[in-house]
Formats: sequence, structure tokens, C-alpha cells
Amino acid sequence: MSLSDRSQTADIVIIDYGMGNLHSAHKALEKVANGRKSVAISSNPDVIRSAERVVLPGVGAIRDCLGEMSQTGLVPVIQECLANKPFLGICVGFQALMSRSEENGGVTALNHFPGEVRFFGDDLTDHEGQRLKVPHMGWNQVMPTRPDHPLWANIPAGERFYFVHSYYVQANDPDAVLGHCQYGPVQFAAVMAEDNVAGTQFHPEKSAQAGLQLLSNFVDWRP
Amino acid sequence: MGLAKRIIPCLDVDNGRVVKGVNFVDIRDAGDPVEVAKRYNEQGADEITFLDITATHEGRGTTIDMVERIAGEVFIPLTVGGGIRTCDDIRAMLNAGADKVAINSAAVTRPDFVREAAERFGNQCIVVAIDCKQVSTEGDVARWEIFTHGGRKPTGLDAVEWAKKMVALGAGELLLTSMDRDGTKNGFDLAVTRAISDAVHVPVIASGGVGNLDHLVEGVTLGGADAVLAASIFHFGEYSVPQAKQHLQQCGIEMRL
Repeated sequence: MSLSDRSQTADIVIIDYGMGNLHSAHKALEKVANGRKSVAISSNPDVIRSAERVVLPGVGAIRDCLGEMSQTGLVPVIQECLANKPFLGICVGFQALMSRSEENGGVTALNHFPGEVRFFGDDLTDHEGQRLKVPHMGWNQVMPTRPDHPLWANIPAGERFYFVHSYYVQANDPDAVLGHCQYGPVQFAAVMAEDNVAGTQFHPEKSAQAGLQLLSNFVDWRP
Repeated sequence: MGLAKRIIPCLDVDNGRVVKGVNFVDIRDAGDPVEVAKRYNEQGADEITFLDITATHEGRGTTIDMVERIAGEVFIPLTVGGGIRTCDDIRAMLNAGADKVAINSAAVTRPDFVREAAERFGNQCIVVAIDCKQVSTEGDVARWEIFTHGGRKPTGLDAVEWAKKMVALGAGELLLTSMDRDGTKNGFDLAVTRAISDAVHVPVIASGGVGNLDHLVEGVTLGGADAVLAASIFHFGEYSVPQAKQHLQQCGIEMRL
């Protein structure tokens, strides 16, 4: 499938609003869908609207991501999808679902999940006083808080996923958190899901077998 | 429980083929980067870095095809370095499925390129590769300088100051190679690794000189590296990635096993 093929409808649509590397998510979803479902990248509101389920990726600064979403006119269709179909936000695409972010002195986000996106800080240290690097980059463990959720099917507790981020999600509603991750003194929401909407702070498309399993679970998810 | 230290096998590619060979049992063609990447992925490599040594412009297209084929089958982070000089180069690699690019001499020629790249693509995908050599003599305060052209050309730039500057301009990670140690199998230059790791807040990948598994351990414990990169010890079957990970874990370093 060509990346420029923006008008073709598909079962799973990765929303392209001009931010980030969509190729990896596309390839990983195609791999797990394994012909059962079609996968496309699109910025066309009609294509997005007609999808059975959607993925909202995102990298870089949340302000830029929200800015691009708004500039491309995709916010209304994203809000529609949040209301009515299986939805997966990845990394900054997940953070964008929160109420607001403290990045750049405060940014209002899509406000789907009540909660804030916060900075790890420049002086993060572990319990031994060792300075921790920011961004939080690499493979960290995720502890499921709701292990019976369908998105956790066939994924063992404490599995490692690939993270790269300097800001983290602090959810107001603990029941919406599916799994936590710990970086030094900070415990943050690594996965959230409520009704038809889910989000992961890590990159499932870059998290080897565990990540592919989570994407496969999303493809089969019937919230 | 926390963030694992990473092991990154590094492959040299020329015209879309792995050069210098990789010695895996039951692999059909050790020059096929897809096969090699798949094998390292199966072994549990945390990321894979490709150093593109292709000299020709046409050859770059082959490298892009290669990245695309690998990204369709290997779902761990992929970094491509070598010959990254413009935002178009970066866009082409990212579109092909690379997650990060390593900028080396182009950062020395024009430091603002790092800022432009980070602003356009996000810090998370901009790795600055730093090649340095020790220039101080014994007894003096240790000092390292940036070298380009495979370690032949001095720049007069102090390596620690350079590292700080690159991070200030937007590098999300540093790939630090000691040109003194590269290829020696005598271990990393731990002093410069520690000096730079302490000087910046972003992750540092140690590279250059790995000859055994204790060298990897030292890179983390003494050098303060967040990730260790090695080529020959893995390529020629001296050690496997799982062996390396188990050794680091036994030495008390948190790993993804």
C-alpha cells in the first residue's frame, strides 16, 4: 500500500495529521491484521470516519501535534471517532487525549480522559540519588492494573515495552488506567482504556512481540 | 524494576548489503540485511543501528529500500546513520521506516542542522554521532576532541562541550565513539563516556572498542552509558546477544531478557 493512497477506505485507519513516523505503525498493524483487516494511512475525514477502528499516533511536542490536528481540520473527526469506535492513541497521540499538558507553559488538549501530561523534570533521580536521563528512552516494564482487560490478552505482567518520552500522563481516574510504569520516583499511566478508547505511552509498533500482541488485541477488541 | 540498559548491534551497509559479514548459524545469506536484522531481533537485540557507508547517490536509494524491507519485518527501533546531511535525507529514512537517524559530520559542518532536524522531526529521532579522540597527554587534564573523516581530521572542538551543544540544539540521544578504541577490542574509553554522560541529560550510547562482555558491563557501570553498541563481537559469533544480556544481568544491570 502506498503512503500517498489517501482516499482508499480501510478497516483500520492510521490518522495522518502530519506528525510522526506512520510507517512503523502501518507495517505492524498490517502484520497483526494478517489479511483479516485492511490498514491504511489517511488524512481524509471521510476515510477516517468510515473506518471500523482508528489509531492516532504522535511524536515530538504535544503543542505541535495539537496544532497540526487543528490546522488539518481533523479535530472534529477525531472527536467523532473517540465517541463511537475502537480508538488507540500512541505516545503523543495518547497524551493528546488528556485534558491538558504542562508542556510549553500549558496546552489544552482533546480532553477525553481527565488528567494532565507532566514533565519528568530536569533533575529526576532514582532512590540512590543517581540522575535519570530524560527522555525516558528504552524498554521498561508495565504492570497491569486491570490484567483481565482484553487489551492485555496473552501479555504477561511486567512485560517490557519501548518508550521514548519526556512527558508522562497522570490520570485523574485510576479506574481508566490499565497499566503503570515506574521511572525513578514517577509512576505514570502506561496504558489507559475506557469504553472504546485506549492509549499507550509506549510504542507498541516498536515493542517486539509484546507490542505486536497488544496491537493484535486492539485489532480484535470489541468494546 | 525500571528502565533496562540497551544492547545495540551495529551493522555496516553498502548499497543495501551488510558488509564485513555476519556469522550466524543456519542463515542463508549473511549479507542480506533483512535476514541479519531478523536474527538480531530474534536474539533479543533492543535496537539495531545501521551505518550506511554507501558512497554513491544511487546507492542511497538501495539503502532506503533496505530500511523499508527491514521495517516491514522487524518491530524494534531502527537507527540509520551515515551520509545524513539534509532534512530530505532524514525524511526519506523515516518514511522508509527508520525510527532515528544519526547525524555525524553534517553536525560539525553546520550545527544548526541539528536544531532544524529536531524542530522538524522531534528530538526523539535525532541521534548525534560523536567521534572523538583523546588529545591530552598523560599527566594533563584529560581532554578529547571531535574528529571527522573516520578519525583522520581534527576539528579543534572539545568533545564534552560539543556534546552539551548538540543536546542544547536538540539531539535526543548521543552515540559516542572513541576513535582511539574503535576496532581495538580493548574496551570503551570509559573516561570520555563518563564525562559526557555526566554532562548531558539525554541517553548516551557507548561505542568503539568492545572485545568482551565485561567491556559492555564497564560501559554501563563505569562509563555511565545508557546503551552499549557493538559490532564484531556479535557478528562473528564470539558472543550472542542473549549471552551478553545474561552477563550484564548477572552483574546487577537491569536488562530486557
